[in-house]
Amino acid sequence: MSYVRDVGALARKDLLLELRARDTLPAMLLFVAAVFVIFHFALPGTPSRLETTGFLWVAILFTALLGLGRAFVPEREQRTFDGLVLAPCDRSAIWLAKSLATLTFLVAAEVVALPLYALFFHPIHGAMVAAVLLADVGICGVGTFLGAMAVVTRARDLLLPLLFLPLAMPIVVGAVGASVSASPGRYLGFLALYDLLFALVCWATFEYVVAE
Amino acid sequence: MRRIPLPALAVSSLVLVATALVFVFYVAPNDQTLGFSQRIFYFHVSLAFTAYACFIGGAWNAFRHLWKRDPRADLESYVCVHQGLIFGAMVLLTGSIWAKISWGRWWVWSEDELVLFLVLYLFYCAYFMLRFSVDPGPQRANLSAVYALFGVILIPVSFAAIRLAKEFLHPRVFTLHGPNFGGWILVTYCIAQAAMLVLAYTLYRLELGGKRLDARLRDLREALA
Amino acid sequence: MLSARRLGKRYGEKRVLRRIDLDLPRGGFLVVTGPNGAGKTTLLRICAGLAQPTEGTIERAATRAQVGYLGHEPLVYRELTALENLELYGRLYRIPERRERVGMLLERFGLWEARRERVGSYSRGMTQRLALCRVLLHEPELLVLDEPYSALDEAGAELLDAQLAELRGERTFLVSTHDPARVEPLASDRLALAT
Repeated sequence: MSYVRDVGALARKDLLLELRARDTLPAMLLFVAAVFVIFHFALPGTPSRLETTGFLWVAILFTALLGLGRAFVPEREQRTFDGLVLAPCDRSAIWLAKSLATLTFLVAAEVVALPLYALFFHPIHGAMVAAVLLADVGICGVGTFLGAMAVVTRARDLLLPLLFLPLAMPIVVGAVGASVSASPGRYLGFLALYDLLFALVCWATFEYVVAE
Repeated sequence: MRRIPLPALAVSSLVLVATALVFVFYVAPNDQTLGFSQRIFYFHVSLAFTAYACFIGGAWNAFRHLWKRDPRADLESYVCVHQGLIFGAMVLLTGSIWAKISWGRWWVWSEDELVLFLVLYLFYCAYFMLRFSVDPGPQRANLSAVYALFGVILIPVSFAAIRLAKEFLHPRVFTLHGPNFGGWILVTYCIAQAAMLVLAYTLYRLELGGKRLDARLRDLREALA
Repeated sequence: MLSARRLGKRYGEKRVLRRIDLDLPRGGFLVVTGPNGAGKTTLLRICAGLAQPTEGTIERAATRAQVGYLGHEPLVYRELTALENLELYGRLYRIPERRERVGMLLERFGLWEARRERVGSYSRGMTQRLALCRVLLHEPELLVLDEPYSALDEAGAELLDAQLAELRGERTFLVSTHDPARVEPLASDRLALAT
């Protein structure tokens, strides 16, 4: 299908750009490590497993925001958004490709973050990893979409966290729930539902975000 | 509904709100546990539903803007959301008062509806920041409409999330709006709800009219220039 | 090919275009002139489909795949090479025999030697030539060029002259320029914008 090929071409472009620029991924890795250290000093005493799970998810959320804020920077600074919008491909392919690329970076950052978390705080388990993956999909899908919206405004980087955090609340609930609950299935199912629902809305409405 | 003249609406809101006040403070019976001060609840719940209605109205107009390209829909969507925020602020205020009455604290995380409302309130505040960060034009209208749609989807999703979160965040707290909802309590609630809805619609029409006038004035100035 | 009636564009309180009427038949060559701030770029963006007018109507008998747009920005990624940039656009525009076409255009505009270097290292003239490659890549029916000569050196300008002359008559052109004398021999119609 040509749609898949468009997404592939665009995602390849995004991955290449990051590979060449080499700024977003290292920043995310450093950020997540620094945030863990700050958490250690921020909460006096020995935090319980419940509390450190909270740390992890706050860290992941804000690291993701860091990456998402950078997602459309090449398109904005070099005005290449016009080039993509002019192309005959379906506009939602731009969103999907960018989400997939951002997802790759976020997962790459977590490959370091999760073992670091296990080292600093508490061990991780299967349901947690599943929660991380499902939550990532939601974060990147919705975050990339909102990133594209924020990029055309005057406030830009200021606006993305404001737009994103209320929408991220259900992700945090699902992710933390799956990480600490005895029966994580419900929470994982909820995360999957969130991902599906919002991916659908993003896919259907991205056209309106880029059209002037 | 558009045919109803504004003065008639204004008078009806006045009458209904007055009636509601009378009923809430004089006719409705005292609550067994909390007594007189529980009456704020009538306003809190009716304001909450009104605010939800405003947000849903905003999303409906947003949909009309995007799919049917109705040129009036963008302004209508914005005014709906604006009214939703105004009434929403009242919801949070009355909710806080109710929390103080019921639990002795100005905020409680154990009440689903309050927490849900807070999340939505933050969401629609962000809507405003978005709207005022873009110059007026087709792009601003599109972005606002899409975000308003996201909001209406967030309502049930957040509600489900908050329900889910109760398992590990707080033990289930026995809430006071129990099944004993018959008789005068029901009547009073219905009057209060109707009053709030009509008031919201009146303010909506008022603001919409004012903004449309502004737009026409600007167009006329343009045409003369 | 292109027809506009009482076209107007307003950004907030600022009015950029006022009641523009435009008719561009197939095969025509319309030259748009005017001082800075007259709205040339906005007009061309609307004609290319990148912006929507706030008043008036515009009809365009070309699909997105048939429009080529050259703006003030070259619309190429600086961190990618010329080859990678054109490959990307080639894929998005679904060009048959992509590799051959890319190679042919890079040669024609004198960029073949530098094809594997990042665009960020190019001179301004080279970047503009790459932008021209991008515009011509998918053989568009309607070419909307916003001050195409502005960043070109003399050699590049001559290449563009040759290209325009070659395609004149086959394709439809909408060109804005500060130097109308250069495209005057090709022009079939003129539009002058005032502030």
